[in-house]
Amino acid sequence: MSKAQSRQMTGARMVVQALKDHGVDVVFGYPGGAVLPIYDEIFQQNDIRHILVRHEQGAVHMAEGYARSTGKPGVALVTSGPGATNAVTGLTDALMDSIPLVVLSGQVPTFMIGTDGFQEADTVGITRPCTKMNWLVKDTSKLSDTIHQAFHVATQGRPGPVLIDIPKDVQFATADYTPPESARIGHYQPRTKGDPEMIEALVEMIETAERPVFYTGGGVVNSGPAASRLLRELVEATGFPITSTLMGLGAYPASGKHWLGMLGMHGLYEANLAMHGCDVMINVGARFDDRITGRVKDFSPHSRKAHIDIDPSSINKVIRVEVPIVGDVSSVLEDVLERWVARGRKVNREALAKWWAKIGEWKAVKCLSYKPSTKTIKPQYALERLEALTKGMDRYITTEVGQHQMWAAQFLGFEEPNRWMTSGGLGTMGYGLPASIGVQIAHPEALVINVAGEASWLMNMQEMGTAMQFRAPVKQFILNNERLGMVRQWQELLHGERYSHSWSESLPDFVKLAEAFGCKGIKCSDPKDLDDAIMEMIRYDGPVIFDCLVEKHENCFPMIPSGKPHNEMLLGEADTQGVIGAKGAVLV
Amino acid sequence: MSPLNIKKGSTSHSAYDLRDPHAEVIEVHTLAVLVDNESGVLARVIGLFSGRGYNIESLTVAEVDRTGHRSRITVVTTGTPQVIDQIKAQLSRMVPVHEVHDLTVDGPAVQRELALFKVAGKGEHRIEALRLAEIFRANVVDSTLESFVFEITGTPEKIDAFGDLMRPLGLREIARTGVAALARGV
Repeated sequence: MSKAQSRQMTGARMVVQALKDHGVDVVFGYPGGAVLPIYDEIFQQNDIRHILVRHEQGAVHMAEGYARSTGKPGVALVTSGPGATNAVTGLTDALMDSIPLVVLSGQVPTFMIGTDGFQEADTVGITRPCTKMNWLVKDTSKLSDTIHQAFHVATQGRPGPVLIDIPKDVQFATADYTPPESARIGHYQPRTKGDPEMIEALVEMIETAERPVFYTGGGVVNSGPAASRLLRELVEATGFPITSTLMGLGAYPASGKHWLGMLGMHGLYEANLAMHGCDVMINVGARFDDRITGRVKDFSPHSRKAHIDIDPSSINKVIRVEVPIVGDVSSVLEDVLERWVARGRKVNREALAKWWAKIGEWKAVKCLSYKPSTKTIKPQYALERLEALTKGMDRYITTEVGQHQMWAAQFLGFEEPNRWMTSGGLGTMGYGLPASIGVQIAHPEALVINVAGEASWLMNMQEMGTAMQFRAPVKQFILNNERLGMVRQWQELLHGERYSHSWSESLPDFVKLAEAFGCKGIKCSDPKDLDDAIMEMIRYDGPVIFDCLVEKHENCFPMIPSGKPHNEMLLGEADTQGVIGAKGAVLV
Repeated sequence: MSPLNIKKGSTSHSAYDLRDPHAEVIEVHTLAVLVDNESGVLARVIGLFSGRGYNIESLTVAEVDRTGHRSRITVVTTGTPQVIDQIKAQLSRMVPVHEVHDLTVDGPAVQRELALFKVAGKGEHRIEALRLAEIFRANVVDSTLESFVFEITGTPEKIDAFGDLMRPLGLREIARTGVAALARGV
């Protein structure tokens, strides 16, 4: 029957058929009046699993977790009006972090559009700036083509979220279904192959560099496993140091000998100083985000820069580069390696040895050291223990947003791409719990841990219901300082220690909360008990809420204060007096 | 190595552009954007300008290819060279956008705008308005005993100049289409 070129069916059935044809096995969603025909079709089949969420924002973050951990597009299904508006945060998050998503929303029937009908919202209008592309389908005969095009757009070029708004009468009406092979998907075909002359120029830069650094980002992960493999090959062969953004962790292994650790506002001393002092910077799939550059005027002042990015608008947006290469990371790296090998695998070994010696001095600073305690659990200690006890396991980590996120990035090591899911660009508190469920659904046997702060975690805690219903044994590792830690840190550093609304009173008892959801709660406040408690969490066959009571006033270091360049990092409490001027305070 | 062995314009963002990228001068550029003529495409393009804080001095849009469902948006914008480059890159990556041409740097181009001016007056003012309209090759497209509507085509500067002259002569209303532009030659 799949041989048939076209078949008559309802719009609702087309949706399900198209999802199957694109290999979708899971849909995260929430039903409502305007999507009932699609839900009726979902009921009558077994190929696609539907995960019923507790809030549409959760559905989109789950789809993100699914997408980022598998490399496949995530799919969410929401109803009209509030269903669609609740999805907006997730869509924006996915747009900022280039996560491929296909979100299907119901809409009031076409003849009611514009009448302020019940649960009507201008969904394509609202989501236009937070999707890569969106469509309102007014005619069932165009529905299958649109869905096929949506998958194409979401996954090709720089990935991103797309949305298809489907009025209810379009779901009921029948038309011919076009299979993906014969669909018209439009002209969108971004360039993936890098310009040979630019690649030659980059190879020349590699050959002569005295103080080089690879600066890699989420684009390497998005490009697929080949990109990580080629990056590793290039780094090993050249012997150049490598650092990565928050989004790119795992593309190069944390245990690799050329690894400098993460860079940026809370990045490692050696990584940031290498960026500041390099003479050749090779940006692979990163976008010179403000968390990375600090003060743009003083960003890496003595380097020539190459930038590999599939999105031409990322190049020269913030930082002017000498060698721009528009293309897919894996394709470009393959060409770079091929040319560099063909030209004799040259690097300036002598200068490179000096550069590594300099980096060694920076590493000796041991910027991640903190004052240990035997009385309270330091958040850094909690993550060190989590790392030690889970290393080598089939492990996926998600995070919420704030101090715990930065500590997780500093203290957990990632050996493979697609193992680290975090909200980088948008910084969405409430991302981690639903994302962890999305990851767990995609990898049922794996250990999935959401490293959370208690404030972020509460933002989407209703999704524990989803974890229970679908037996997703996610581990919620909450570093509970009873504070909005990052807000508190900024208030200490630049608002005269006036802690305006940065602590939470009336926090729930997380153990009882766990019991209320029917899962396991663990509370730990003594460093001596921590290892056993973590092991108990890992061994428990089901979701766990782990309430880890940590030091309340710990600050996250190193830190580049807003408006400062890379070489003016704060390494600890002693450095913090009066460091952020009025100009810096304006920045975020 | 010599970075200058990179061919100019070999990517959409050549760093070897002849314009100084760091210049803070504000330039005026006329962009022609060919898009799929589908619902929401204009909102998408305008939303890019408002969302990212770019300027729109003038905007015209109409379908130019009925069978191919293609519209042409002509937008006059201002910004530093870096901002102009960014606008072009942002437009180019939009899914329904087929082509982006910068008519200001691509070579000579003709720019025309159409405007209607309603001028009311009597006696000397009326005669003077008509005389100036002839000089500007404006056509009278409506006339009563007390008013004219002039139709004038030309560059935005010519239309501005005509408006300045009409103001003391009883100018009541202006309607302008915004700029349409094409590159000269083939």
